[in-house]
Amino acid sequence: MADKRRVIGKALRKVDAAAKVTGATKFADDLAFPRMLFCKLLRSTQPHARIVSIDTSAAAKLDGVQAVLVGQDLPIPFGILPVSQDEHALCIDKARFIGDPVAAVAALTEEAATAATDLIRVDYEPLKSIASAEEAVEHPEPRIHDYGDRGNFHKLIDLEFGDANAGIAEGDMVREDLFFFEGSTHLPMEQHAAVAMWSPDQKLTLWTSTQTPHYVHRALAKVLELPAARIRVIATPNGGGFGGKSDPFNHEIAVAKLAMITGRPVKITLTREEVFYCHRGRHPTLMWVRTGVKKDGAITGMHFRSLLDGGAYGSYGVASTYYTGALQTVTYHIPCYHFQGARAFTNKAPCGPKRGHGTPQPRFALEVHIDKIAEQLGIDPAELRLKTLVPANSLTANYLRVGSMGLGKCIAKVVEGSGWKQKFRKLPRGRGVGLACSSYISGAGLPIYWNNMPHSGVQLKCDRGGGVTVFCGSTEIGQGSDSILAYIVAEVLGIDPFDIAVVTGDTDLTPVDLGSYSSRVTLMSGNAALQAAERARQILAVHAAKKLEIPVDRLSFAERRVYDAKDPKRGMSFAEAVQSAEAAEGTIGTVGSYTPPMSAGKYRGAGVGPSPAYSYSACVAAVDVDPETGIVRVPTIWIAHDVGRSINSAAVIGQVEGSIYMGLGEALMEEMAYRGNRNVVHKIPSLLEYKSPTTLEMCDVITYLVEDPDPNGPFGAKEVGQGPLLPVMPAVANAVYDAVGVRIDEVPITPEKVLKALRKKQKGEPGRHGPESFPDIPWPEPMRVPTPWEGGDGKAVSPGRPAITAERPH
Amino acid sequence: MLRLPFFTYLEPKSLADALRMKADAGPDAMFVAGGTDLYPNMKRRHQEPKTVISLMGIPELRRVESTTLGACLTLSELTARPPDRLTAAVSTAARLVSTPLLRNMGTLGGNLCLDTRCNYYNQTYEWRKSIDFCMKKDGHICWVAPSSPRCWAVSSSDVAPVMVAIGAEYRLLGPQGERVVPAGRFYHNDGINYLTKQPDEILVDVRIPKPNGWDAVYHKLRRRGSFDFPVLGVAVWIQWNRKTVADARIVLGGVASYPQEVPEAGTALRGGALSDESIAAAAEEAYRPSKPMDNTDFDLSWRKQMTRVYVSRALQQLRDRRTTPGLDV
Ligand SMILES: Cc1cc2nc3c(=O)[nH]c(=O)nc-3n(C[C@H](O)[C@H](O)[C@H](O)COP(=O)(O)OP(=O)(O)OC[C@H]3O[C@@H](n4cnc5c(N)ncnc54)[C@H](O)[C@@H]3O)c2cc1C
Ligand code: SF4
Repeated sequence: MADKRRVIGKALRKVDAAAKVTGATKFADDLAFPRMLFCKLLRSTQPHARIVSIDTSAAAKLDGVQAVLVGQDLPIPFGILPVSQDEHALCIDKARFIGDPVAAVAALTEEAATAATDLIRVDYEPLKSIASAEEAVEHPEPRIHDYGDRGNFHKLIDLEFGDANAGIAEGDMVREDLFFFEGSTHLPMEQHAAVAMWSPDQKLTLWTSTQTPHYVHRALAKVLELPAARIRVIATPNGGGFGGKSDPFNHEIAVAKLAMITGRPVKITLTREEVFYCHRGRHPTLMWVRTGVKKDGAITGMHFRSLLDGGAYGSYGVASTYYTGALQTVTYHIPCYHFQGARAFTNKAPCGPKRGHGTPQPRFALEVHIDKIAEQLGIDPAELRLKTLVPANSLTANYLRVGSMGLGKCIAKVVEGSGWKQKFRKLPRGRGVGLACSSYISGAGLPIYWNNMPHSGVQLKCDRGGGVTVFCGSTEIGQGSDSILAYIVAEVLGIDPFDIAVVTGDTDLTPVDLGSYSSRVTLMSGNAALQAAERARQILAVHAAKKLEIPVDRLSFAERRVYDAKDPKRGMSFAEAVQSAEAAEGTIGTVGSYTPPMSAGKYRGAGVGPSPAYSYSACVAAVDVDPETGIVRVPTIWIAHDVGRSINSAAVIGQVEGSIYMGLGEALMEEMAYRGNRNVVHKIPSLLEYKSPTTLEMCDVITYLVEDPDPNGPFGAKEVGQGPLLPVMPAVANAVYDAVGVRIDEVPITPEKVLKALRKKQKGEPGRHGPESFPDIPWPEPMRVPTPWEGGDGKAVSPGRPAITAERPH
Repeated sequence: MLRLPFFTYLEPKSLADALRMKADAGPDAMFVAGGTDLYPNMKRRHQEPKTVISLMGIPELRRVESTTLGACLTLSELTARPPDRLTAAVSTAARLVSTPLLRNMGTLGGNLCLDTRCNYYNQTYEWRKSIDFCMKKDGHICWVAPSSPRCWAVSSSDVAPVMVAIGAEYRLLGPQGERVVPAGRFYHNDGINYLTKQPDEILVDVRIPKPNGWDAVYHKLRRRGSFDFPVLGVAVWIQWNRKTVADARIVLGGVASYPQEVPEAGTALRGGALSDESIAAAAEEAYRPSKPMDNTDFDLSWRKQMTRVYVSRALQQLRDRRTTPGLDV
């Protein structure tokens, strides 16, 4: 493509912006159909209990009630991961947390449905409840699930790449730290909603606010025992997702079944409290890390442990657990690495993927740990990081293939922009700066369920009037994925993005895209769209060239025209180009698809971590700490993000700022808090009491985009939706230390914790607040994987067999 | 969605009509002004009136005269008044209530009659079922202090502590006629019976004491400046006699079921100048009886410790104001 880019990189309006800001967008809750019924779920009031009996007779008799469902009506389990099919639409014999749905009612009005749920009598036999991961470790019985690695452990992982202990021992200094990262939730403005319709020809349609229509489609087919061909899932525009709408949900299945039973459309809109119960948010995670370093800061080996509080169900948890150990290696060179991860079941709302999925917790630990190491070695933390960067185009100890790597440039940008050198350890008491970095995947290398088909597909139709329609299974959740499709196709075909109709997230109309998660959409559906558009351009070019009597390679596509690059007046409109192609070949349509490259790791668990490309960010946070109250304010954050190439610079900056905003909430206040001694109720399931910053608490953000195109991304683009969140929490923690000299090894960094640490420091104790110990966990025999520099081939050597020994380069 | 229950809505045009409607409807009726407290409470089934009588159409309740503020003035109207020393602390407190949207609806009267709050109580009916409810509504025990015979729900009004501190008077009208109550006697330290007002009495207006050398400030502690309830409010009133404190009242909001005056703290200031020592002494006196419970945001020991800091800061502000030339009252 010789032409100058006209769309890519520009700060264009999003294709759905006008509809969003004028209120024309129809979200799931805006849908209404004649004869529509309303559904309400009765939720468990017990954190852990056997269900002895359910009496729905009074509810069924209530005026307006059309149908009542209980667990037995939907006996087939489901779950997002094939290895954790542990959910039922409605609990059958056991309830596992307060909020677990037990029965569903469809009625003429929402009021009647609510009144009916109140008439359902459930006889519970309470079981001992488990309120934290530590409790789960201590109490293997009663088991919350009858599957999982042992007791109340859902998953236990032990992976060792090279001989980590020996590596650590080679360090001039060994440092050990403990960290805790509290759970938090996504807080999308739109509460989940779904409408199901059962048509007279025995077909089911479900409109739902989901990030993953394809997985919902699969779950519905399984649980309802319907052929997938008879089910259509339409993802409505999401009013925010952030990972909270990535699982197939019980309420989606319940309304579908109710629609089938009643033959009428059935709708459910969750209350805010119910959204807290859907959760699937950040796992509370306890972490321990031990690292050996040379005097110059080079890491000689690392051992990392994490204990995740998974809540009541599997969800994405196995992947989340692997993620707490996967991406440590892609920023600073770690020659040998031992990771042990455990996920426990507890009687709380299930945890899952929240923006950054499993990586913000270890990133927080790692970046604060590095800050402490730098201080101990007397090296500036920015310098130390720059010295130990993973090189571009390299393989890590755990077989992640790093392509483009702009972290060095990112660090340089924020160091300069923030005036780091003049501020770090030089500001008056109460003011401080902190630095942290991070990296994130641009889509996962492997799909959630094993298959060898593409991860994303696009169909493209050219209309003889000059319009183009892009069909893709991807899901617009506010992040701009519809716009990305339009921009890429517009760039290739030389038309206006607003001439393009984008049809997405509809299992009847669009080819599969796995969903809006893992920051995969721009890269994967973008590549699929690029391929489809290039194929269309080729077809059009052949016929246009023929008509213009010039060679194909002299053609330009721009400004809605196809013309001779050497003599721009000689050409035709884009519509005419379509017409000549259509006259010659018939209907013009193309397809494109994308499958990520094979990952280098072949060991069990190697599926989590590989990505076609890694984004990088560096961040400096400035803080003001009031030593009398412990209150921390963040006036400014400087952030540089290596996005490869921005498809739309305004949208990229929007994602960066949104990430900072979310990170600030996690850094300073957000907490999924439960009362363990009060029946494990969620302490604060409301928008008022679950504290999250508002625009008024938001800091100033100064964003630098580092554009180092990655060969795997469309036009070189990498992810931006999640990565920039990660460095915020550790940057704030490091800045608090710079300001008042206390270490808060735990998020959120609340005033109570800061003040406690300050008081301790005054008394001459270590000025630190954070976890004090890591429980004993029955780790399995480690799976040993020789590193690439030990001559490894990405496979594990079976336990017991000696690992290959070879020189370990640094 | 969380829905309001069905109820009858009445719109009297005069105080007499309002009282008559209340008498007709009986104990199942409640007055409403802006509804920013009552309606959320109704959605969560804490308060379940079958009849709701709006006071917003009664002109007498929306009147302002020099030192008298009608109960149905919205908080926005209060804060929009031209700044004057007399009501400065009142408008500061009003401005610190929630968001502009809430202040456009919420009224002074509603704020002064605000239901007490507790995070075992301000939860939906379904949530409260999981703890088998609590004493304040539908249940038997207090989850904050299970052996306690009373409810410890928290007085969370921002304006009430100021009214108590400055010694405002509330004019009430009921079936038995009119009475005037000092703000300090309008509140009870009981999470359930938090007002001395009878349910059929209407708060008509609030009289602010005449200017005669007093000054007052309000400081509020909360998680987010954008819209949170106070977890601690500090209202301080000082009667100056030249450079010395002739009299002082320190009232804490957000730590008890009523705006809690700490007389010892006032005593610590009386008769001297506002010195660093007397400020520290008063702050210490205020800190001692401040006993927040575990039923709001933040941990209670930190909230207690903040009493000292916030009382000191409020007193420092008053001192700075006194010593800034040109600001004499
Ligand atoms: C998200 C949110 C945040 C809030 N934050 C704060 C805050 O920071 N600080 C704060 O102080 N408040 C806060 N509030 C509470 C409330 O909005 C305000 O206190 C407001 O001023 C209440 O006034 P209203 O007119 O809306 O009261 P209403 O809801 O109309 O009434 C409240 C109570 O007072 C009674 N009442 C009202 N007027 C009279 C009268 N004239 N005579 C007799 N009885 C009367 C009603 O019967 C009812 O019981 C918040 C509320 C919400 C929803
Ligand atoms: S203080 Fe006790 S009784 Fe009062 S609302 Fe809270 S839990 Fe209920």
